[in-house]
This record gives sequence, structure tokens and C-alpha cells, in this order.
Amino acid sequence: MLAYIGRRIVIALATMWGISLIVFVIIELPPGDAITTAMSLQAGGESGTSFIMTDEEMNNLRRLYALDRPLLVRYVNWLQRLAVGRWGVSYTYGGYASPTPVWEVVSDKFAMTVAVTGAATVLTWLLFVPIGVYSAVRQYSLGDYAASFIGFMGMAVPDFLIALVMLFLVFRFAGVAVAGLFSPEYIDAAWSLGKLWDLLKHLIIPGIVLGTAGTAGGIRILRANLLDEIRKPYVLTARTRGLPEMRLLLKYPLRVALNPAVSSVGYVLPALIGGSVIVSVVLDLNTLGPVLLEALRGQDTQLAAFIMMLIGGLTVIGTLISDILLAWLDPRIRKGFTG
Amino acid sequence: MQQTHTASSRAAPEAPPALLSVRDLATHFPVDEGNVVAVDGVSFDLYEGQTLGIVGESGCGKSVTALSIMMALSRPGRIVKGEILYRPRGQDPGPDEVIDLAALKPDGKEMRAIRGAEIGYIFQEPMTAFSPVHTVGNQLIEAIRLHRDVDGKEAKSLAIELLRQVEVPLAEQRLDAYSWELSGGLRQRVMIATVMASNPRVLIADEPTTALDVTTQAQILDLMRSLQQQSGMAIIMITHDLGVIAEMADYVAVMYLGKVVENAPVDDIFHAPKHPYTKALLRSIPKITEAEEELATIAGTVPHAYSRPEGCLFHPRCPEFMAGTCDARTPPPLPVSPGHHVSCFLYGDGG
Ligand SMILES: Nc1ncnc2c1ncn2[C@@H]1O[C@H](COP(=O)(O)OP(=O)(O)OP(=O)(O)O)[C@@H](O)[C@H]1O
Ligand SMILES: [Mg+2]
Repeated sequence: MLAYIGRRIVIALATMWGISLIVFVIIELPPGDAITTAMSLQAGGESGTSFIMTDEEMNNLRRLYALDRPLLVRYVNWLQRLAVGRWGVSYTYGGYASPTPVWEVVSDKFAMTVAVTGAATVLTWLLFVPIGVYSAVRQYSLGDYAASFIGFMGMAVPDFLIALVMLFLVFRFAGVAVAGLFSPEYIDAAWSLGKLWDLLKHLIIPGIVLGTAGTAGGIRILRANLLDEIRKPYVLTARTRGLPEMRLLLKYPLRVALNPAVSSVGYVLPALIGGSVIVSVVLDLNTLGPVLLEALRGQDTQLAAFIMMLIGGLTVIGTLISDILLAWLDPRIRKGFTG
Repeated sequence: MQQTHTASSRAAPEAPPALLSVRDLATHFPVDEGNVVAVDGVSFDLYEGQTLGIVGESGCGKSVTALSIMMALSRPGRIVKGEILYRPRGQDPGPDEVIDLAALKPDGKEMRAIRGAEIGYIFQEPMTAFSPVHTVGNQLIEAIRLHRDVDGKEAKSLAIELLRQVEVPLAEQRLDAYSWELSGGLRQRVMIATVMASNPRVLIADEPTTALDVTTQAQILDLMRSLQQQSGMAIIMITHDLGVIAEMADYVAVMYLGKVVENAPVDDIFHAPKHPYTKALLRSIPKITEAEEELATIAGTVPHAYSRPEGCLFHPRCPEFMAGTCDARTPPPLPVSPGHHVSCFLYGDGG
């Protein structure tokens, strides 16, 4: 088990290194650099003109920030800064006079993202496990067909459309606008029980919207896996041993059928950060997705790089957690049994 | 008990009452492609301390018959006709009360008091008969705790004792093993231990040695015989290997396409077979004396379960086929000697 975990950690570090390469290439790819972007922004968005700074001044700045060094050197420098926690600053937040450290830009949005994602994940599991089990056990029943229908709808309809429809319905029938994560009176208020309750209420719709695809997929996968497992001889053995049907189901096939779902737990966090941009925009959620979109469009390279590294890091850590969970759940993986 | 019958009227006066009497059992699988008639009017009796062999080619309904008795059919299997009369524990000397298992709810309390507890089931494939993610000890202890009123510690020492009884070496360490860490023979021994945990009165063994090599096969059969001698349980031995039948069975039922075509004491089957199908099966056994000779095979193939022939089910493959008779009517079982029945128009006045 320890050797297995050790191997996984080595793989995780290697993956992280690969991600850093890709992120570095992405931020280096567009023509120009942070200085030219800054110039064009200061010039009121006109592109390429440099009438505020002379070329020499710009080159001095480049030397100052080591932008004139070879690519490889810049890459190593960047990695070193990341490693010691100098994650960089954002010019779009706070302007050029007093750029904001990227961590400050990201931190409260990150917390919100975790809250929204957490709500979606909890809802997803609460919904798909019982529905999936029911669908498999009562295969071809009315309830199974209903679940399959809802499942297909959940997969087929884009999240942002569900978001729009939910906003409309709630506004129409409850008479409240639920966009955002807080009611106006709480936005700048200090944390209190009231604010927490307000947040929880606002999390329901994003939770449902972001959870539908996961729930729909979960139902389908769990149903198929369970139907596969229920036919396995060991289930029949346990039945002929005299085990009651419900205990049988929970102890044997469900345990095995949930493995793929468990292994996907690790991907939930990064996927929802990256995947929820449109929904966050529609629902006016103060999460990371829109920030990344803006940073990429505005060549706010340090911010974009930081967010991408964050998502990458979460993916790697999530995968690591999944792998360890799986090994803990499945002795065949733990003991390297194949066949 | 939803239904009780008097068994004494069925058994011959001098014979002891049967432990298990299957009467005209029919089991169907209505699937999308058609209705699979897996078992079609099977009857046999099983007596205490004796072994009934059920033999037949692949797909003739041996396993489905066994699973019907266990009331553990997988969907969409359904018993459509017949009775499975079982005389439960504690009823031995007293009033001859029997329960019709076929009338019980499959997952009801009454059936669960019998399934696993009084009738044990051993599988063809020990490889897949254990959960891959639970230790065999976990599954053995589960079986013990289901049927005996013991706490965890007692269950564990009982488990070790059972493993010793089925001659598993290093019993204590084996409890923590997964099935895929054991050899085929060991797996089957552990499987037998889980079934013996409840000290069953009937053991159904569905091709218990098919997946094993010859030496291991002989050892497992020896083990089953010695367990039978100790406990007096009855065994239903399902196989398509007539060698296993010769070694283990007291009585034999020969099945073809869901029907018992001949049943008889084991000596009659080998020395005075009547049904052309039984004879064909016997001809297909390799004989040491005729090692060079080509092995006889049964002509034709088993027809598919949803396109069953008219009349006698064996007539399209039968060397003694009589046109106008065999393809027109279904032959009823006919007594030819004590305890020996055959369903064939060659005998009696059918032909
Ligand atoms: N779950 C099922 N659904 C549909 N048909 C089934 C099912 N289980 C068994 N059958 C059919 O019932 C018939 C009898 O099968 P059974 O497994 O009893 O054969 P068998 O005599 O045990 O053969 P083998 O020697 O291969 O084990 C076969 O035609 C099989 O296709
Ligand atoms: Mg079989």
C-alpha cells in the first residue's frame, strides 16, 4: 500500500511538472508581453502604440522583470517564484500603480467556488446513489423509465439553459431574484449566522444546476454497473447463502459498482471550476470561472497562470485522492492483481 | 408455511419418505427474443444420505433446476408450474409435513430459513463465486453468523475449524486471503466450508469440479463424500461428466432440453441404459481400452431453447427415430424396472 501511494505521488509530481510546462507555453504564446499589454491598456486600448514610454524605457522594464532572458531561464525563474509562494500580481485588479497579489484576487472567489462546488457535489451524491440503485433493482419499472428520462434530460440540456429556466421559474413563482450568492443586504456584511443562511439559500439553485449533469451521468453509470454486478456469480452465491436481498445489495454489488464513482470524486472540484464559467456568468456567481476568462482575455498573465496552476494542482491532488481511495476500497488494485 | 402436503401418499410404502420431491417443475425465462423454456416438467426425489446425479449436455437446464429449488432465479426466470416439496429439519420423525418451496416468496422469511440454512449450493466456478473485494474469511464468517447464533469471536474460531474440516492448510492465515489469491482447489474447499457452515441437509453441487484439474477434482469429490458420511446430508450432484456420476451418485436423472428423459439407480444407467440419449451419452465417454478409436459424438446439436421440436425433444438427433410417432406426441415416463423410468416410445406399447 505504501509503495503504491509512493508511486502515485511520484506520478502526481511528474504530472504537475507537465502542467507547469503547458501553462508556461500558454502564457508565452500570445505575441507581445506584459509590458506591451500594459502600454496598450494605458493607451486606452489602442493596440501596439507606445507613446507613453520610449522603447528604451520599455526595455529597461523588460530587464527589470527579466523578460529579455531566454525562454528556459524565464521558465525556471517562474517555477522558483511559484515554489516560494511569490505567485505574482494582477494588473487588472488594482491597476498599475498598486497591482493586487493574485492570491488576494483569487482567495475569496476560491472559497465561493468551493462552496458552490461542494453544494453541487453533495446534492449529486444524495440524488444519484439512491436513484441509481432504485433504477437497477427495479429495472424496466415506471420509476426506472422516469429516472432514465430525467437522466437523459440532465445530460442533454446545457447547464446554462437550466440555470436560466430556474431563475425564471423562481422569479416568476416566488417573486425573488436569486442570482448571486448573497442578498444585497449581506454582500458587504460581516459573517454571521444570517449571512451563512443567506448563502445556503443561494447555493440551492447553483447546486442543482451544476449538479444535474453529474447526477444524470451518475445515475446512468451506477445503474449500468449495478446491473452488471448483480448478474455476477458471487452475488448469486451470497443469495444462496441466505443473505437478505437488501443487505446483499448494499454489501456486494453496490460496493463494487460505486468504485468508478469514487474514482471520479477527485475530478469534481477542478471540473466544476473550469466547467462552470457560463453558469457562473448567468447566475452572477462570484466564482473563479469568470475571473479566469477575464484574465485570459486581458493577457493578465500572472493571474491566468496562477489560476491554471491552481486548477491543475487541484486536478492532480484530486486524482491522487481518488487513486488512494480506490486502492483502499479495492484490494485488487492495492495488491496489483490483474486478471 | 403457506402450503402443506402429506408426503406419505407419494412415497412407496417400504421406502423412507423423500427429503425433497420435485414434481413437474417448469421454469421459464420470458426474454425479448422469446420464451426460454429452461425446465419443462421435471420430477425427481432425493433421500437422506444419498446422492442424486443430474447429468446432461450444456444448456439442458441443470443449473436452472437447481436454482429453482433454491428459489434464487435471476430475472426474468419464473417457476410457472410444479411443486418443490421439502421436509424441513425437525420434521424428520414427526408428522410428515412438507413445504412447497415453489409457493414461498423468494425473498420471504420462510424461504430464507431454508435457503443456505438447510439447502446449500456450491458453484461451478469458484473463481467468480467469491466477491473479489471481500476476503474469503469475511464471506465465510458472514455465512456462519447468518445461520448460527454466535458473536464475532466465536464465528472466527468456527471459521478456522470449518477450514480445517475441509482440509485447508494454514487455515488461520487463509481467512485474510482474497479468493483470487487462492488456487482453484483451495477456493472450492473454502466454498464448501461456507456451505457447510449451516450444516445443511441438502447440498446442491453444480459442477463443483469442472474447473479443476483431475487430481484436485478427485480430492474434492473425496472430501464431499466424507462430509456426506459424517453429516448424512443428501447431495444433488450436477455434472456433464459421467465419470463423476459413476463415482458419486446413487441415483441418476438424465436431462435433455429441460426434461428428465430417464431416471434410474446408477447401476442401471451404466449397465442397462434405455433412452437413446443416455446410450449416446455413454458412448461419448472415452474408454481406456479403446484409446485409439475415435470418440463417438452425439449427432446434431442441441436445438435452441426457444425453437423446441415437436413431440419427443430428442427425435431430430435420435438414431432410432420413428416417423409419425416420435415427432407427433410427447413420450410419458414409463416404469421399466423398480426405480427406473424412461420417456421413450421404444418401450411399452408406444411404438
Ligand atoms: N437468466 C437467463 N435468461 C435467459 N435464459 C436463461 C437464463 N439462465 C438460463 N437460461 C437458459 O436456460 C437454459 C438452461 O440453462 P442452464 O444454465 O440450466 O443449463 P445447464 O444445463 O446448467 O448447462 P451447463 O452445463 O452449461 O451449465 C439455457 O437455454 C439457457 O440459455
Ligand atoms: Mg450449469
